[in-house]
Amino acid sequence: MSADASTHEGLYRGGIWSWLTTVDHKRIGILYFVTGFVFLLVAGIEGQLIRTQLAQPELRILHPDFYNQLFTMHGTTMVFFAGMPLIIAFFNYIVPLQIGARDVAFPRLNAFSFWVLLFGGLFLYSSFFFGGAPDGGWFAYTPLTNREYSPGMGMDFYILALLLAGVGSIAGGVNFLVTIVNMRAPGMSFMRLPLFSWMALLVSILILLAFPPFTIGLVYMLFDRSFGTHFFDAAAGADPVLWQHLFWVFGHPEVYILILPAFGIVSDVIPAFSKKSLFGYPVVVFSGVLIAFLGFGVWVHHMFSVGLGPIVNAVFGGGTMLIAIPTGIKIFNWIATLWGGQIRFTTAMLFAIGLLVTFTIGGLSGVMHASPPSDLQQTDTYFIVAHFHYVLIGGTVFGLFAGFYYWFPKATGRMLSEKLGAWHFWLTFVALNVTFFPMHFSGLLGMPRRTFTYAAGLGLDVFNLISTIGAFLFTIAFLPLVVNLVRGLLKGDAAGANPWDAHTLEWTMSSPPPHYNFAVLPEVHRRDPLWHPYVVEGSDEVDGPSGVVPRLQPTDPPEPIIMPGPSYWPIFMATGLLIATIGGLGSLFVTLTGAAVALVGLFGWAFEPAEPEGEEAD
Amino acid sequence: MDQPNARQGLLNRRFLLTAGVLLSAVAWAGCGGEYPQSALHPRSDFADRLDVLFRQIFWWAMGVFVVVEAAILYTIFRWRDRPGRDRPKEVHGHILMEVGWTLAPALILVAIAIPTIRTIFIVDRPTTDPNALVIEVTGHQWWWEFEYPEMDIVTANEIHIPLGRTIDLRLRSADVMHSFWVPRLGGKRDLVPGRETQLWFTADSVGVYWGQCAEFCGTSHALMGMRVIVDTPEDFAAWAAVNAGDAVQITDAQARAGRGVFGANACVSCHRVGGTPAEGQFGPDLTHFGSRLTIGAGILDNNFENLVRWIDSTQHVKPGNLMPEVYLSADQVAQLAAYLLALR
Repeated sequence: MSADASTHEGLYRGGIWSWLTTVDHKRIGILYFVTGFVFLLVAGIEGQLIRTQLAQPELRILHPDFYNQLFTMHGTTMVFFAGMPLIIAFFNYIVPLQIGARDVAFPRLNAFSFWVLLFGGLFLYSSFFFGGAPDGGWFAYTPLTNREYSPGMGMDFYILALLLAGVGSIAGGVNFLVTIVNMRAPGMSFMRLPLFSWMALLVSILILLAFPPFTIGLVYMLFDRSFGTHFFDAAAGADPVLWQHLFWVFGHPEVYILILPAFGIVSDVIPAFSKKSLFGYPVVVFSGVLIAFLGFGVWVHHMFSVGLGPIVNAVFGGGTMLIAIPTGIKIFNWIATLWGGQIRFTTAMLFAIGLLVTFTIGGLSGVMHASPPSDLQQTDTYFIVAHFHYVLIGGTVFGLFAGFYYWFPKATGRMLSEKLGAWHFWLTFVALNVTFFPMHFSGLLGMPRRTFTYAAGLGLDVFNLISTIGAFLFTIAFLPLVVNLVRGLLKGDAAGANPWDAHTLEWTMSSPPPHYNFAVLPEVHRRDPLWHPYVVEGSDEVDGPSGVVPRLQPTDPPEPIIMPGPSYWPIFMATGLLIATIGGLGSLFVTLTGAAVALVGLFGWAFEPAEPEGEEAD
Repeated sequence: MDQPNARQGLLNRRFLLTAGVLLSAVAWAGCGGEYPQSALHPRSDFADRLDVLFRQIFWWAMGVFVVVEAAILYTIFRWRDRPGRDRPKEVHGHILMEVGWTLAPALILVAIAIPTIRTIFIVDRPTTDPNALVIEVTGHQWWWEFEYPEMDIVTANEIHIPLGRTIDLRLRSADVMHSFWVPRLGGKRDLVPGRETQLWFTADSVGVYWGQCAEFCGTSHALMGMRVIVDTPEDFAAWAAVNAGDAVQITDAQARAGRGVFGANACVSCHRVGGTPAEGQFGPDLTHFGSRLTIGAGILDNNFENLVRWIDSTQHVKPGNLMPEVYLSADQVAQLAAYLLALR
């Protein structure tokens, strides 16, 4: 085992070049994670600048234009460059392990997805050095964002960056859809699939269906801005509300893209630390399917104040309320899973339970504006800001942290400190509630969103001051995380294959996993395979007597394993697309150059000889 | 697992926090305070309807909140890991329980949906009151234009309305999306370029109500406020009689000098003062500016000092504001302010 472990640590060795050309889903997962984490910190700092400006009424710390850039970048970054990369990071690292595969279906496409995402984010942030970042809000409503009212280049950066990153998202959606449908281990039927992989499947479908309308909207907007077309121009007889539809028919499923993976993580973490299978597995799966399906039919609830008429509002209000039912079902099934369990309050479990507690608050405030008339007082106020931060921090971020603490030993082979983890959880929990709970009041008492200041006469000083104090608590809450991370990487205890006595396939092989994941592809005979006897073909190991002792993967693969070799074509082609994107700011020549580079990359990629690197499998 | 006490400590902290959350919610439900822009202190039929509906949903939500959070806390406390316990029994599900916790929220949602849909079909339809007072609202970056077609009144950033009469707002935008929001008189309605949207309500108490734009509209979105003054019918008639006419004759010498400054500078190209050569259309109508409560769309009280500040450093007071800085001597600014305040 020890000799073997040293080979496995080689997984993360190698120079920069090996990272630039990697097609290993685990390495790409780590690249996504680091990228998402850095953007999370940047967008968090932007959030704190916003709260600084709002600490007192009528402050003039930041210029309104800069403030508008900050909240635009905060939202855009959190959704596209922090939330999604962190989610895709977990998809990358965990899904192939959970379904019993050696990699994703299209490893080079996977690398390509990452590089265009990273380039999109860097391109977006470069706007700060070229006349200012986008300032039209992450929702970019026209006509404010057309050339007449936003003459600077900010919105061009927004459009082009999201088009570029969107290519990566769609490619990622295809990749994980195909991976989960086609590459499940023998016997891993859909009704045996771990919940996280199930949610990854749903999210892949959501990405595939939701991003195209957004892409079309962005292209329309680009054409309106750059070529004088009139897709959204009321003066030319078009309707600017069309943009709102295109944006929200993407934007609402996007919310589920961000929350379903967290639900999936929690559905894996709660059983692991209750020592008890998920209660009502099929119901939890199908409530997820239902949420994903209904998520496409509710986008107008972002537009109740537009005045689309009573029938439209009634239909979309009713549809929105329906989503509360499958969401409630999930919560109840999680509680039922906990019930009768042997609950260990590890950090991962604290965050998972924290999600139940805080997501419930966000869900209930959501019902308050699912009702369109009630929403007429709440939309575009801080009540909404409170709601979706409860959902996105209390839901998505808590879920991702649960996953981080749960799978960190698997990915690094080292344990994190549970004590520091508990500090991290409690500080985050307090910061979340101190920052965002008062916003329910400031919203209902008359504070609109996206305002760089507010009148002293509104009586909202105290609520805002508390929110600002809470925002700074988030910084303190991050300290134990960072210390824990560094400490864990340097001198954390060795994790072993399955430190948590967890139930899914990723816990069968050593930590970190060998780059081929499974020496022998497992054969799955039932749900939660590690808690029950299962058979590994070609292995002599004997099942544990109680059926709950996990059997490890054999350390020596009995036969050669063919894995894809590294390739520089994905980053090459992504670079071409980046150049083409830069050209979109106003140079046809640069765009064509970039397109040519991308084409060369595509050609090289298509005709690259397969070079299996089998030496590590010896 | 030798630390059940520490675990319990964690649980108690969580319990205290939840109790704090609950208490603050209760405190909020009972609190009064001076909130001129509050959605929780309705003063019209429209705002009342939304408030009644919101409170109904709020109490349902509170009920669910208490039940769910209590269930979570009790469960994790009751089944926390303690030494000597056997491995939990496998339970894979329970059909009746699943049906139960599907039906219970569904029934609550039906209870919410029925009043919701009733309210939608009142507030999202045009008013049927033939006596409604029509006011045309146009949103500009970053101010409000109001026109009373039947009374020939044009004003900006504040409206007077009569108590007890239905007000029928017709909303349009001159540039980008805006949203009309005076919370104590009702919910929002967007101003959409190329469309006309509507909103109607009947105020039930005399008073001054604050409002502001609720759809992000650019640099000074935060400074696009307004006031709605609900008058008794008699007071309203008096206000309307004055405001329908041209500007008053200016007698004060300082103000007359200010009129000269106004006419000799760029002011006239954007602002209108009825009955004078100033016929600008781009900025707010100033015919009866002196009678207004605020300057710059609800951001400063209308008095001499603030007006001087506004004219002198308008780009500082309201960044991005489409009124350019004018270069006038201190005397000229004072004269101009005196003139504008005299326009009552």
